[in-house]
Amino acid sequence: MKILIKAGHVVDPSNKLNEVMDIVVTNKKISEVGENLTGKFDKTINAEGLYVLPGLVDAHCHLREPGQEYKEDIASGTKAAAKGGFTAVACMPNTKPVTDNDAIVKFIVDKAAECGFTKVYPIGSITKGSDGKQLAEMGFMKEAGAVAVSDDGRPVENADVMRKALEYSKDFKLPVISHCEEMSLTENGAMNEGFLSTTMGLKGIPSIAEEIQVSRDVLLAEYTGVPVHIAHISTAGSARIIRDAKSRGVAVTCETCPHYFSLTEAECEGFNTNAKVNPPLRGESDRQAIIEAIKDGTIDMIATDHAPHHRDEKNVEFQYAANGISGFETALAASYTYLVKPGLITIEKLVELMSLNPAAFLSRETGGIKVGSLADITIVDLNSEVTVNGDEFISKGKNTPFTGRKLNGQPMYTMVDGKVTYTGGK
Amino acid sequence: MNPKDLKHMHFGKDLLGIKELNVDQIQYIIDIASSMKVLIKAPNKKSPHLQGKSIITLFYENSTRTRMSFELAAKYMSGTAANISVSSSSVAKGETLIDTGKTLDMMGTDIIIIRHGCAGAPKLLADNVKASVLNAGDGMHEHPTQALLDAYTIYEKRGGFKDLKVAITGDIKHSRVARSNIYALTKLGAKVFLAAPGTLIPPAIEETGAVIASSVDEAITDADVVMGLRIQKERQKSALFPNIREYAKFYGIGEEKLKLAKSDVLLMHPGPVNRGTELTSAIVDGAKSVINDQVMNGVAIRMALLYIFTRGDRYENID
Repeated sequence: MKILIKAGHVVDPSNKLNEVMDIVVTNKKISEVGENLTGKFDKTINAEGLYVLPGLVDAHCHLREPGQEYKEDIASGTKAAAKGGFTAVACMPNTKPVTDNDAIVKFIVDKAAECGFTKVYPIGSITKGSDGKQLAEMGFMKEAGAVAVSDDGRPVENADVMRKALEYSKDFKLPVISHCEEMSLTENGAMNEGFLSTTMGLKGIPSIAEEIQVSRDVLLAEYTGVPVHIAHISTAGSARIIRDAKSRGVAVTCETCPHYFSLTEAECEGFNTNAKVNPPLRGESDRQAIIEAIKDGTIDMIATDHAPHHRDEKNVEFQYAANGISGFETALAASYTYLVKPGLITIEKLVELMSLNPAAFLSRETGGIKVGSLADITIVDLNSEVTVNGDEFISKGKNTPFTGRKLNGQPMYTMVDGKVTYTGGK
Repeated sequence: MNPKDLKHMHFGKDLLGIKELNVDQIQYIIDIASSMKVLIKAPNKKSPHLQGKSIITLFYENSTRTRMSFELAAKYMSGTAANISVSSSSVAKGETLIDTGKTLDMMGTDIIIIRHGCAGAPKLLADNVKASVLNAGDGMHEHPTQALLDAYTIYEKRGGFKDLKVAITGDIKHSRVARSNIYALTKLGAKVFLAAPGTLIPPAIEETGAVIASSVDEAITDADVVMGLRIQKERQKSALFPNIREYAKFYGIGEEKLKLAKSDVLLMHPGPVNRGTELTSAIVDGAKSVINDQVMNGVAIRMALLYIFTRGDRYENID
């Protein structure tokens, strides 16, 4: 199988590419990169006017399988991810049961190989059952294919357990991803704490609930010398703490999600449960601070935190509604629309944030767009405008606060190991 | 207001909060309530306003006075009133609010009066039913009928709101009554002062225009109205204040403190009062107390609202 990707604008800062080029994919790999390539091809993708990027990698999503297939499963989730331009996704272990052993990791790996539209990298739990007490079998999980560990969805509350998780994970080279939330400050919280939570009569989730644990984990990383990765940062304070830590040489990395730099708590008005997410959408000054932290390199990557839910879990009282946003199908477009289009960052930077950095973080580099690399490629039409409608999502989770918003940057082709897994457009 | 103008006052389908009402609407409701009050005082309390109208109170939280107030208001006006409470319905079996609402809709309900522990529950219900929804208190969000009856009581005694100093003391953080009153009184031109321990002041409440006083004394001094809020004993378990004894000493109001206010101050409380905690018995039963007037005015306000929200021309008047 030989595919020609013709005349696309190739952007790959890891190979210093930012120009119109042809790419030839032979079977799983890129076999030629150059101008006006000729030969005999089984298929030609006309990429004229489109951007050709190294495949997007999501370091943080929820595929819900096993256990909550009514929300999402590996087939539907990865199909949605492919539509969003992702070639690989790392799924969090808050499945039912929790992905805290090699058997479940193996199940996810096998299921993804059987029906996945993207590569799937399972993340194992830090603690058994993610209950924050006893360490999960990191070694066995790594052998079965886990790429990182996290108790995402909840914090590791006990500082001593977190310390030991860092120390133990080291030999297995499993990155530890921390969901930072000081639970004593967030109990019953439903949205960002501030004037809006006061007038809506909802218990607030203060920014300090996130920042106190970000501080703790930064200190633990510094003390143990083991890197820590902070998931979904949403506040100015978290960004400042991580920026300071990085400048001191502490091995800390972090991610944010598209909703934290494109939306604010105002989306919750009218008790819109599709805007209920944890950490919550914050105020405008936090949104601006997150953008600053993306620009100055404090934030290493953009992850979706794709968190699909059934409509019955959102069509209830705000207090009772599930936390989470179905993010695969808007992540690239929202990032392009709110960061690149207004000139806040370059397209190269976006490629780093959504492809190169998460791949490197998970030790899953494909080599980018160069001869010999695995052909994980995302081809996107940056100019096309789409009005988001959650009901049209491929994901089972239709829960998006972006409905009605006009976004630019629609993936047109997603290619995983040389195989086209998504074709968009008219 | 000219009665001719009253006829054309516009309201939406539902009453979810004070926030969405304008000054004219609030004044209009007060004006109708004052004519309804005549009926409550009459020897035979019956009017035909709600004949053929079906009114349901759907209460997910315990309540005696608000619920009874609505029920009597409906009955005085010849409406068909029925009650649903959590313990005696499918609500306890885990039926969703939307399903319960749709069921009531299909039974021909004209008005659903809901009290719920979750902020926004009345809106969720209103968005999913044809019936008009009146909010009888939702979480820490709003309690519009309480604020309306409080405003009516002040209006009745003072004839207006302009530049009145209103002190609200007590658990403001968890209080929907405080929020709705702040919105109503601020809109109407009064100046609202809040006094409570720092733990019972909600975040950024000053953005409503209310002033956070540095002490109860500051809030009460020269006040035209002093409004006490109920302190729930259980709050001391979550470290909000040490105990009732200390609360009563530093934040409770008695005769001495009330002397700081204007000599003709109105002492109000939404009830039920914890005597000796937020207010002493001496002032609750004293000459300045209008707490009992509030109760009667509550029925009048609810009669006014039931009338307004069942009126046939309401739909035609929607912009």
